[in-house]
Amino acid sequence: MLRFEGVSFRYPEDELGMVENLSFQVENGELVAIIGASGCGKSTIFRLINGLEKPDQGKILVDERPIETIKNYSAFMPQKDLLFPWRSIEKNVCLPMELAKVSMEEQGRRAEKVLAQVGLLEYAQKFPKDLSGGMKQRAAFARTLLSGADMLLLDEPFSALDYLTRVEMQEWLLQQWVHYHKTILFITHDVEEAIFLAKRVYIIQDSRPFTEMECIEVPLNYPRKREDLKKAEIVELKESLIGKLRRSVSL
Amino acid sequence: MKKNLPSALLVLILLMLWQGVAMGIDAAYILPSPLGIIVRLWELRVPLFTVHLPATMGVTALGLLISVVLGLLLAIAMDWNPKLEKALYPVIVASQTIPTTAIAPLFILWFGYSIWSKVLVTILMTFFPIAITVFDGFKSTKREMEELLYTYGASKKDIFLKLKLPTALPHFFSAIKMAIPLSVIGAAIAEWLGAQKGLGYFSKRMMTQLDGAGVFAPVVLLSVVAMLTVWVITIIENKTITWRKEL
Repeated sequence: MLRFEGVSFRYPEDELGMVENLSFQVENGELVAIIGASGCGKSTIFRLINGLEKPDQGKILVDERPIETIKNYSAFMPQKDLLFPWRSIEKNVCLPMELAKVSMEEQGRRAEKVLAQVGLLEYAQKFPKDLSGGMKQRAAFARTLLSGADMLLLDEPFSALDYLTRVEMQEWLLQQWVHYHKTILFITHDVEEAIFLAKRVYIIQDSRPFTEMECIEVPLNYPRKREDLKKAEIVELKESLIGKLRRSVSL
Repeated sequence: MKKNLPSALLVLILLMLWQGVAMGIDAAYILPSPLGIIVRLWELRVPLFTVHLPATMGVTALGLLISVVLGLLLAIAMDWNPKLEKALYPVIVASQTIPTTAIAPLFILWFGYSIWSKVLVTILMTFFPIAITVFDGFKSTKREMEELLYTYGASKKDIFLKLKLPTALPHFFSAIKMAIPLSVIGAAIAEWLGAQKGLGYFSKRMMTQLDGAGVFAPVVLLSVVAMLTVWVITIIENKTITWRKEL
């Protein structure tokens, strides 16, 4: 379980804080989306979780332990695939294992399994330039999985993809989540994407610094289908979330 | 082949103009013709290819090798420690303000006519582009990639080896391609100022004999060798770095 306890944070170069006295939690195995306007601080939450930034106040706990005392609890997947162009797809996905000093044999075994799962086994020896946008994102996801962390932080991973690929990738991500049962925090600008994927949606509405995120349960069970988004209560929820985001932008 | 046609045509036109002007002046000790230089190059082939070219290539290769090692070490040191960067960077830049032709005789005073006086001139001219270009390569690493590795628990050494080094590889090749012509020029200048063999020395000797074509012959040879070396390096670069545009 991930828990923020009264976390405050301000970037040194900024006058205003980004987050103030923020508390929220995510249960193990949950898929939670975070939405909010551009620059509201969504990505800062991820930077705090993965240790790239340190809170000025408060605690971040994973399974009741402060994150400073534990390693490899989370893996980050940014908007850009950030695959290294000089490495083959297999070498790219093995990178976290290489850093963790996993034996070569074991790396190969695990990479083969995950690449097969994400449908890229036949591309293992290809280079990122040989893959389409969607395939690159799947490779980046495989690399994130192979870090071995139980919590995946996905920061708008599909936002650069075209609409059809994006829809495909959303459905694919749900399958992967069911298969691996990892805790997933998913940042997105897209309200529909958040509703389709997440069990709960956190929405950032305050102007900076934000002190809370409103939590909204999505009234859908898994497995989900695209048609579920046409249900009256889901359409209503979508409109309500868009309304909240609009109000937060005008603040 | 087609893409090189405009430059080949331009060179041909310039050579023809040169040939015409040289024939008009008709004084080979002032302006030898391109054909006259080629003929002289053939006549002097034995001393040029067996004595002087190997001597200059020895100076160039040794100077370049030491410059690569020195340049890489400086670039790594500056990237590793910002304090070292602040201390070294201005000194490296200042070293390039030293007029090489003015300081080269001093090297001959220190090291005599041995190879080292000439190697030192070559190093002085080539370590700078290598150190600065490779250092810039290290600095061009994408911050997001560095942060991604950090989130995987990478150490400073891991980030250097797995990210910065490959990122700087295209810069390294650019540096080498800049350094090769400079190293040839450095070796030739040093040989002009004081040597007992080498293409620079040979060119100077021909000058004293008012042999215009003989002055040009080693210069042409130097240019051809430098161009061939850069061409080979470019082929290696294209084979090694197929991902340059992806960065």
